[in-house]
Amino acid sequence: MAETEGFGDSGSKQLFAGLSNVSISGDIPVEGEITVPMASTSQEDDLSTLDEPVKDTIMRDLKAVGNKFLHVMYPKKSTTLLRDWDLWGPLVLCVSLALMLQGGNADSKDDGGPQFAEVFVIIWFGAVVITLNSKLLGGTISFFQSLCVLGYCILPLTVAMLVCRLVLLLSHTTASFIVRLVVVTVMFAWSTFASTAFLADSQPPNRRALAVYPIFLFYFVISWMVLTFNTVS
Amino acid sequence: MANSSGSSRNLTAADWGGFDDNMQAGAGAAVIDMENMDDTSGSSFEDMGEIHQRLKEEEEEGEGAPEEGEEDGAFLGMKGVKGQLGRQVADEMWQAGKRQASKAFNLYANIDILRPYFDVEPIQVRNRLLESMIPVKMISFPQKIAGELYGPLMLVFTMVAILLHGMKSSGTIIREGTLMGTAIGTCFGYWLGVSSFIYFVAYLCNAQITMLQTLSLLGYGLFGHCIVLFITYNIHFHSLFYIFWLCIGGLSTLRMVAVLLSRTVGHTQRLILCGTMAALHMLFLLYLHFAYHKVVEGILDTLDGQHIPGPIQRVARDLPLVPNAVLNATAQILLAQSR
Repeated sequence: MAETEGFGDSGSKQLFAGLSNVSISGDIPVEGEITVPMASTSQEDDLSTLDEPVKDTIMRDLKAVGNKFLHVMYPKKSTTLLRDWDLWGPLVLCVSLALMLQGGNADSKDDGGPQFAEVFVIIWFGAVVITLNSKLLGGTISFFQSLCVLGYCILPLTVAMLVCRLVLLLSHTTASFIVRLVVVTVMFAWSTFASTAFLADSQPPNRRALAVYPIFLFYFVISWMVLTFNTVS
Repeated sequence: MANSSGSSRNLTAADWGGFDDNMQAGAGAAVIDMENMDDTSGSSFEDMGEIHQRLKEEEEEGEGAPEEGEEDGAFLGMKGVKGQLGRQVADEMWQAGKRQASKAFNLYANIDILRPYFDVEPIQVRNRLLESMIPVKMISFPQKIAGELYGPLMLVFTMVAILLHGMKSSGTIIREGTLMGTAIGTCFGYWLGVSSFIYFVAYLCNAQITMLQTLSLLGYGLFGHCIVLFITYNIHFHSLFYIFWLCIGGLSTLRMVAVLLSRTVGHTQRLILCGTMAALHMLFLLYLHFAYHKVVEGILDTLDGQHIPGPIQRVARDLPLVPNAVLNATAQILLAQSR
């Protein structure tokens, strides 16, 4: 070993001996950063968030959430929702839906209206059950990715709830019920379609129907709660 | 020299032990006692000073050192044990937490164990749903039962949704708990509870059936319940319900009874097993329909409406009677004693 090392040393000395008297002309830059230009892409910029203003951080997260909302509204075959999941959007949607469903009968105690906790539990428990079911059927999607998609796809139903409350403010007639029925049905179809578009690819093709049924049931229950919501007249 | 260094190590250990003790006392109070903390820090600084002095003394006079060292060792041994106890408790807590977390993780990782029971095609599920309504009149040869849980589980969840709908539309009020919890509890309770019970009875009656098959059989039997409840919660005719109860509920019950018959030997055993199954299944449908229906709504209203004058007021009238009765009783006892 020592011999070979010695040989290597002497060999390198011999190799670089010729370079010692090579002169480099002044116009060729020989100094610079020792970073590979390909590596310094967006990834590294994203990581260095220590010294950026708090506003930037919050705005970036908000933008990510808003971007996902857009994806739900225009359900294309995209993997943005799946790639970097977060649970902020689902939380906001779930809480706002539960608050809106709660609001109408907060003053009267004993009507069977949906309670905040009930809506909250239905959404999260249902999402977990759907996810476990898709895992059991052999789906190739991670737990939180599925939760994220299912949570974001409540967005149409939250919008439907908003519309329903506005309609209920105006009138309590049969016509208003028909309007609500149409809105909720459309938004229910939208939710199911959007979540299916994102999640169906992760399922084996022959079992897609089995994975879609619980999703359908889940959104059906929520949309039914939205439809039957009635402010105390 | 070696001795002195050993004792110094002991002393430092003592210091740590004492500190640990004090920390434990502080932690027990759940509020950080500032006085206590101050005491600790003060004493520890004093100790440090003492240690320094002692070390110097030990270096100066080598003979007195072993005695003192032994004493210290004995004294510090106690404190060291206490500190170690605390550390051990903390260690055990940590271990328990770790075990819990790993158990939860294992449960998630072991999801593969359950996967065979969910290995179905949509067409198979559809066929099994239809077959659950068609009784097969073949009792000489054991009928096949699919050991699968996807269909039953989805049927139970569907029934939860239908029950929720029924509760809402009938205006059912549940005092303690939510509608959701009641619906889930009822459906899963029936499915798991009755399956276990039937399995137990089947074991007693020597029927050839496994727990998985019982779960699957009863689960698919709920398909008829789902249809009947969904229709009759929306269309309120009692005659319609009774017809559906007998036809659809009866068909799904007959199917299960036929399967059980084909897997049991002996008339008494067959009668016991199938009678239990049929009674439970049909009565459950009856219960679900009438428990969350408009008929009961009326009863609930009378029970809840305390502002309505009626039998409820009797409670208020009864209340003053109780002390009277007690007074009468005590008066009589006193009289009897005085005699």
